[in-house]
Amino acid sequence: MATKSGRTIVAEQPFSWKKFFLQWEWLLVILFIGINIMNASISEYYLSSAGLFNATNSFLEKAFVALPMAYILVLGDIDISVGSTACLSAVMLAYFYNLGVPMGACILICLLTGTICGAINGLILTKFTELAPMIVTLGTQILYRGIAEAMLGDEARGGLSSVKWFSNLYWGKVGIVPIMLICFIVCAVVFGFVLHKTFFGRRLYAIGANKLAAEYAGIKVQKIRMIVFTLTGTFAAVTAIFLAARMGSTRADIATGYEMEAIAMAVLGGFSTDGGKGRFPGLILAIFIVGMLRYGLGLVNIASQFMLVVIGALLIITVMLPNMKSMIKIKKKTV
Amino acid sequence: MEKKKFDWKKITGSREMSLVIVLIVLCVFVQIRNSSFLTAVTLEDMFRNYAVTFILALGMMCVLLTGGIDISIGSTLAFSGMAAGLIMRDYMIATPLSFLISMAIGAGLGLVVGLVITKGKVPPIVCTLGFMNIYRGLTYLIAKSQWVAAYQFTDSFKNFALTKYLGFGLVNNMIAVTIYCYIIFYVVMKWTTVGRRVYAVGSNPEAAAVSGINIGNVKIGVYTLMGFLCGLGGALWTSLYKSAQGDMATGIEMDVIAACVVGGVSLTGGRGSVTGVFLGSLAIAIIGKALPLIGVSQFWQNAIKGLIILVAVVLNVLAQRTMDKNNLKRREM
Amino acid sequence: MKKKVLSVLLAASMVGALLAGCGSAPEQASAPAAAEEAPAAEEEAPAEEAAPAAEGEAAAAGEGTFALVTKSAGNPYNEREAAGFEEAMKAMGYSDSQIIIRHPESATADAQITTINELIAQNVSAIAVAANDQDALQPVCEQAASQGIKIISLDSTLNAASRLTHVNQAGTQIIGQTLMDAVKDLAGGEGQWAILSATSQASNQNAWIAAMKEVMEGEDYAGLELVEVAYGDDEYQKSVDQTQALLTNYPDLKVICAPTTVGIMAAAGVLQDKGSDVKLTGLGLPSEMADYIGADNVCPYMYLWNPIDVGRLGAYTSVALVNGDITGAAGETFTAGEMGNYEITEASDGGTEIIVGPPFAFTPDNIDDWKSVY
Repeated sequence: MATKSGRTIVAEQPFSWKKFFLQWEWLLVILFIGINIMNASISEYYLSSAGLFNATNSFLEKAFVALPMAYILVLGDIDISVGSTACLSAVMLAYFYNLGVPMGACILICLLTGTICGAINGLILTKFTELAPMIVTLGTQILYRGIAEAMLGDEARGGLSSVKWFSNLYWGKVGIVPIMLICFIVCAVVFGFVLHKTFFGRRLYAIGANKLAAEYAGIKVQKIRMIVFTLTGTFAAVTAIFLAARMGSTRADIATGYEMEAIAMAVLGGFSTDGGKGRFPGLILAIFIVGMLRYGLGLVNIASQFMLVVIGALLIITVMLPNMKSMIKIKKKTV
Repeated sequence: MEKKKFDWKKITGSREMSLVIVLIVLCVFVQIRNSSFLTAVTLEDMFRNYAVTFILALGMMCVLLTGGIDISIGSTLAFSGMAAGLIMRDYMIATPLSFLISMAIGAGLGLVVGLVITKGKVPPIVCTLGFMNIYRGLTYLIAKSQWVAAYQFTDSFKNFALTKYLGFGLVNNMIAVTIYCYIIFYVVMKWTTVGRRVYAVGSNPEAAAVSGINIGNVKIGVYTLMGFLCGLGGALWTSLYKSAQGDMATGIEMDVIAACVVGGVSLTGGRGSVTGVFLGSLAIAIIGKALPLIGVSQFWQNAIKGLIILVAVVLNVLAQRTMDKNNLKRREM
Repeated sequence: MKKKVLSVLLAASMVGALLAGCGSAPEQASAPAAAEEAPAAEEEAPAEEAAPAAEGEAAAAGEGTFALVTKSAGNPYNEREAAGFEEAMKAMGYSDSQIIIRHPESATADAQITTINELIAQNVSAIAVAANDQDALQPVCEQAASQGIKIISLDSTLNAASRLTHVNQAGTQIIGQTLMDAVKDLAGGEGQWAILSATSQASNQNAWIAAMKEVMEGEDYAGLELVEVAYGDDEYQKSVDQTQALLTNYPDLKVICAPTTVGIMAAAGVLQDKGSDVKLTGLGLPSEMADYIGADNVCPYMYLWNPIDVGRLGAYTSVALVNGDITGAAGETFTAGEMGNYEITEASDGGTEIIVGPPFAFTPDNIDDWKSVY
């Protein structure tokens, strides 16, 4: 799996077992297996029949926005407005539903809202290329949530769970497999395919590796950035749909901090915030590592204060490890 | 503030000028709606409440100048403030000592962040995202989820935020500390080699390395400094609010980064000034203080704040572009 | 090459070991504890009288795991509530392993849903939850109920459809009446007053404010004018800003009423710093407010209930539901250990509730006794 998708901007190289086993993904695979063994051994409930599928439901709705976030990181950009975008999209959905608009149309409004939010980010960033994406998305992060707050104040808009099919998006299952998991797999495969098997994907890496060189090579850098930021907005809205289905009710404070969780997942998966790096299998593994770890620790009722420390340490240590390895190597050479 | 005596042309041409105009317009507008805004009492309240934001923005500027970012500052502040608060609760130590402890702890936490970033080669945003969680979790753990309440602090500690002995009887201690910090930073950043090194590392790392600057040490230095200021902020915060809570200063990093960015500090490193940071912090403080005064529904406040940040940074870019164009024209002539 | 592979493996196992260490430490603590507690509980039982003991043991030391989900971690109020819950469970003879206490990471419905999901997977018998949002937890509570888990809310209510019953710290009407009387008393019968609220993310704030407004329509309160309901978001700095704005905007203000523990603390600090004549009352934690309560101080008196009692009654109610002593319908009565008898009554939202008692007044006379308790 890892070798096939191991195509990066670097030209094809002869296959070597050494390279194959030294990939970042193996570390993640080991981590993933380790966490599952740990979870299974500390909690009798972990490996129960539907338990594992239930587990995925506790974190997958956030993972939808991690997919385009990986694209953004490949570009060397960042988007910290996705949590607010998801919030505003969900609020719009519930707001219009309570005005009597049919649910199908509300979902479209939700997706449209997210797309517009993403497009605004993209528009500002591509018109004013001097601006760092961190600043712009920080501004829109506050703005989008502010609009949601202005719309709802401190009230909630609920009643969404009375539409059974909508509620089933999150709670429903096909056999024992949650509907959301199926949706996620489809999206992940498409995102992975586009990134690793298409010209578009290769251009993303080219831009991330060297923006100027990419521009000289005739790649429409700003157009691609615009597309990716807009896409991120759309997928923030997808997250919003599942979140709304999960809660059946929305408020202006939902989805707070999702941006950081999405970034953490992508970084853990091997996508560097400096751009140009990372492969999709890593991202998928990272999403499940973080999610399963949280779920497992939740099953043995670890204090959430402690959970914060564990998740933070996991992020830092796994990102640091490969660097430590190369540091040791350099030292040996100099000796 | 300290800038009035310089060449007039230099001031009108500077990027800070656009921000000054925005701020004046904002103040006039608020003043018309509510005449109690530009009074000594309200202004003192404003500077007192936002002293921590003002001070942290200085540290954040240095971090941003080197091309880094630190989003763990809220957690660092909470940890050092809480630790100092707990020690005060249990041992009733003197006020200056509690400030020193808080600053030492903060500097220690910042040093760890700096080491992981430079020695572990972890990108700053990832590293500080991790430490944001770790330090916050540890804050809850050391406090055993308790708060340190007002009656558990000594009177001299609580009175610190009310009295004026550091400001020579003219201004409140909180404001005095802020002013001292700004003077020190203004001097250091402008006229010392230490300050220039920070700029050099951010604007051109290769050149800096060639000219003999140890980039790693400078970076460790700025994160330690950031941590130190967080420690100071933690002590000021607990003194101002007479209470240490595990969740204090959550989200302050975004306000501080916004203050820097509005003040013209570049997130790609190498550009930014103490004056700009002051104006940026002032903008954040005015927005926070003035909107409740003019009867803006508090549910609109975030929307307005976000909009102002966006407008400010875009104006900043436009001002820069016109400046560049003018410079080019002058050269052509 | 081998060295590299080795180093990667080593590094990975180190991370694994670290995580395993983190994860298993508490588990190791609880597993033996569970093994020890179970016989211990059985030993206690024979000491009691023979006939009831057999039944009592089956109910008490036997089946069932009971969970409490508070609003969030890092808040002393929630810790007290949890302490009361745990204490009552132990008093009934349940072991450590049968009591689960969860403080979610943040005070959001989102975090509580995740937590409740994990509790469902553990097949707990009952969940008592202090809801961060009354409607948003409905889907997950229905999920739990469909697996036979008994759901109650305490402190802050779930909507009527999601819960069997609600342990209400004090009746909404009583709180409204008590606070209005306090406002009237402190204002000297007439004048301007303001409310400093939280975010109203939690359902109780708005209910109290609505109750106060209702009471205010009465003849006796005609002289009082409510000028503004300000929101401090339960954030300290914001609450301070809002209080200062109230003082600036309404120079004739006589009383501020803050029915939230963070708000009242922030307001007290502001009033004391300014040496203001405005008086403060509301709902606050005695430990946090000890410095401000006094006849000549900013806050002459304030109210709160005992969060420990709320937790306790939550435990007794959960157990009574699981044992089938009650079903959560109005009119039923049950005995809550040493707390005495309680009756389930109709709640205003169409569900049922159990009221712990009237709010308790903290005055200069008793504050020193309470400040170290909670």
